[in-house]
Amino acid sequence: MTGIHIEVDGERIAGLAGQSIAGLLLADGRVAWRRTRTGRPRGVFCGIGACFDCLVTVNGLRDVRACQRRAVDGDKVDLQEDDRD
Amino acid sequence: MGAGIVGAATARALVRAGCDVTVVDRGSTAGGTSAGGEGNLLVSDKEPGPELRLAQRSLAVWARIEAELRDELPAGFPGLELERKGGLVVATTEAGAEALLAFADAQRDAGVLAETVDDTRAHELEPDLTPHSTATVFYPEDLQVQPVAATEALLAAARRHGARVRQGVEVTGPVLSAGRLVGVRVDSGTLPADAVVLAAGPWSGLVAERLGVLLPVRPRRGTVLVTSRMPVRVRHKVYDADYVGAVGSGSADLQVSSVVESTAAGTVLIGSSRERRGFDERIEARVLAALAAKALLLFPFLAAAQAMRAYGGFRPFVPDHLPVIGADPRLPGLWHATGHEGAGIGLSLATAELLRDQLLGGTADPLAAEFRLDRPTLLPHLEGAAR
Amino acid sequence: MTEVLVVGGGPAGMAAALAARRHGARVVLLEAGDDIGGQYWRHLPGGRADPGERLWHHGWDRFLAMRDELLGDDGCEVVTGAHVWSVERRDGAPPLVHVFVGEPDGQGREPRTLDPAALVLATGAYERTLPFPGWDLPGVFTAGAAQALAKGERVAVGRRVLVAGAGPFLLPVVAGLLRIGAEVAGVIEAAGPAQLAGGWAPRPWQLIAARRKAGELAGYARQLAAHRIPYRTGAAVVAAHGTDRVEAVTVARLTRDWTPVPGTGRRIEADAVCVSHGFVPRTELALAAGCAVGVDGAVTVDERQRTSVPGVLTAGELTGIGGVDLALAEGEIAGSVASGGVPAPGAVRERAVFRKFAARLAAAHGIRPGWRAWVDDDTVVCRCEDVTAGALRRAAELTGSRGLRSLKLTTRAGLGLCQGRTCGRTVESMLTGSNEPGLLDPGRTAHRPIAIPVRLGELAASTRTSNREDVP
Repeated sequence: MTGIHIEVDGERIAGLAGQSIAGLLLADGRVAWRRTRTGRPRGVFCGIGACFDCLVTVNGLRDVRACQRRAVDGDKVDLQEDDRD
Repeated sequence: MGAGIVGAATARALVRAGCDVTVVDRGSTAGGTSAGGEGNLLVSDKEPGPELRLAQRSLAVWARIEAELRDELPAGFPGLELERKGGLVVATTEAGAEALLAFADAQRDAGVLAETVDDTRAHELEPDLTPHSTATVFYPEDLQVQPVAATEALLAAARRHGARVRQGVEVTGPVLSAGRLVGVRVDSGTLPADAVVLAAGPWSGLVAERLGVLLPVRPRRGTVLVTSRMPVRVRHKVYDADYVGAVGSGSADLQVSSVVESTAAGTVLIGSSRERRGFDERIEARVLAALAAKALLLFPFLAAAQAMRAYGGFRPFVPDHLPVIGADPRLPGLWHATGHEGAGIGLSLATAELLRDQLLGGTADPLAAEFRLDRPTLLPHLEGAAR
Repeated sequence: MTEVLVVGGGPAGMAAALAARRHGARVVLLEAGDDIGGQYWRHLPGGRADPGERLWHHGWDRFLAMRDELLGDDGCEVVTGAHVWSVERRDGAPPLVHVFVGEPDGQGREPRTLDPAALVLATGAYERTLPFPGWDLPGVFTAGAAQALAKGERVAVGRRVLVAGAGPFLLPVVAGLLRIGAEVAGVIEAAGPAQLAGGWAPRPWQLIAARRKAGELAGYARQLAAHRIPYRTGAAVVAAHGTDRVEAVTVARLTRDWTPVPGTGRRIEADAVCVSHGFVPRTELALAAGCAVGVDGAVTVDERQRTSVPGVLTAGELTGIGGVDLALAEGEIAGSVASGGVPAPGAVRERAVFRKFAARLAAAHGIRPGWRAWVDDDTVVCRCEDVTAGALRRAAELTGSRGLRSLKLTTRAGLGLCQGRTCGRTVESMLTGSNEPGLLDPGRTAHRPIAIPVRLGELAASTRTSNREDVP
């Protein structure tokens, strides 16, 4: 198993190659990483790409489903607020 | 007949004037063209002439409608999202620049506020606008409204004043008496009326046929792309100068010109396509691709935005591009308020007042003559129409 | 040679592709993930293979054999990372299928447009979770999320997990959680003894033919007993509590129609709750293709798995929720028919057996209307746009509209990024309660002409670079 690191809001987090970004964040003890327009926290809900709750910004690109995207070593992940950069 | 925005505005105007009003729709409220567009209240795309005059009159009514509705609607009613955001028309070619500036000159003579702005000012207004524009004109009078909320508000206000709104009721034929229309047959019986107002948008031609007259209103397809919610980076209604040409064109072929705007909900709407192909509801990839490509010419940053939805609608197209408002001289008792093509949201309020004044026999309004069914530009399309 | 395009690489799609190949058709199989197998055979990615993977699955050897056969076959192109975003209905030919191939939600992906002689849709289903106060707190998951993370990543969604909802799918989820070392605080099944007996007990001989399935369920039941996990029927999670994440839930007893019984609420501590009340067929591609659907929202097919649209067939959960055995049988039939062949009698027999099983499943665990009583006005219904049940009810009352299109646009329910996948059915059923005159455009929340979000840059470029290809 290959270890990888991604940067989440500037913080370096370790994970395993093949993990989804959501899996990596959950394994790191996080359950929420996005806020809706009224500020409600969101993380994984459906886990299969249907609900779009788990969106993150990956390497500057918004609206990426964390449960569908495999983490790649060096990925820069920013937590997303729907109405803010 | 028709619970879209024109029917809603007409119902409210008539019931407030003391009429007993029933609105019928085959489907549900605001379920047709009123739900299929962007909510444009524009003067910027209109050349000097009767439609511009109607638009200017309508804008004046829109300016006071929120205050009026506040008194007519219960607390908590969904807001209209009426925004005085202004429109920015952008040319991206030299030829387009020349045409746009000449168009704006003519509009200024007709009383439209049209401010030709330089590149610096254009980017103050829209920081993310393409650097490759050749001319930009700012139209501070252009408004935006959430068209479904507006339709529902007008209908609710009409109901408050005593109108009845009956959904899922289909008009199947006329009730005639001595050559006069005195009501309509519906699937569940008949509805008697002194005046029957046809406000069925692109379906008006079909309804008219059921009543025994021919009306040259046909559907013109449009498609809109919607992005996901994002921080606001498009502040006005921004469109490319081709849009004006496409609106005025009668071509049946697909035409795409760019109209880009943010909504109060944070999404960006990208229009607009025009195509005449009957009531074909398919949403085609080639149309969506063309819409996207045009939008990126105005706002390159949108390349990374997610398009999450597309919706389509049918505009009520009339061959001479003017709405039909007023009595049908062939069938007394039938009145028209239809054929606004893509401008029905904006024109609805003035249309309602124009119709009301004619129907109730008020003072003669010079503008009314321009929208008569038997106007010279429409007469050729009515020939052989009367049954 | 007939050319068959299969969309979806789960059991139904795999079976369809194999059957079409056996009948001599060339096949393209599109799968959005980076391996085939679907949710049922979801597994660790290649680089992280687990020698014990077999223990996680039923029929793992069968999966490996099917996958080997498909991947080793030059007549079958398996395209992973294939995101179908549009299916375009045509007159006189099966629809065009527009795809971007690459990372999920990526950009600059390769556009492809496929023009198949026959199209088999096997897009599966996702879960339906009924809303309850607090269901949008982090730490509340669908049961499928827990299962996907366990099977696909070996990640536990919590340390002490409560599993709730309706249906036998809750049991393999418990098994997965136990296997990765989570504590399972209990299983709460909404169907009460009467509903369960009504669905499962009559005509027990039908179960004998489906005994493979029955045996599987019995195994799960033994596991619950061995771990002393409480299994409660006729009850539901009616609220989740916590500030930034779930800390506890309230479980209440339900009447036969799933109305919570006042005064029966009991608090259970848990740091994760997995809730599913059934499944929703993933119909957006089928609807875009123009396929007729039934009142249950599943695609209507004939005995040869043909939809109402010529050249379009469907198989698996898309035609009605029935589990893996039914999916495999339907896939086999659809693949045979799509390639001009005759379905194998064995597959036809299997389909009959497991359809009966599916009907029992629906009777025993189907959603009953009383759940609306546990949704208070402040409960979020649309998770994307934060639309509450109260806002939705108020808009319907104030506007009097009987149109979903209008109510969606005045409330924004169903207009967020998930496009009503999560809330659509709930919104529709909340607006068609017993006191309402009913919606005039039911089913509208399932229409998604853009099946998956696409970047505008990709869309703009697709006209220039994507040449239509015949399959393959």
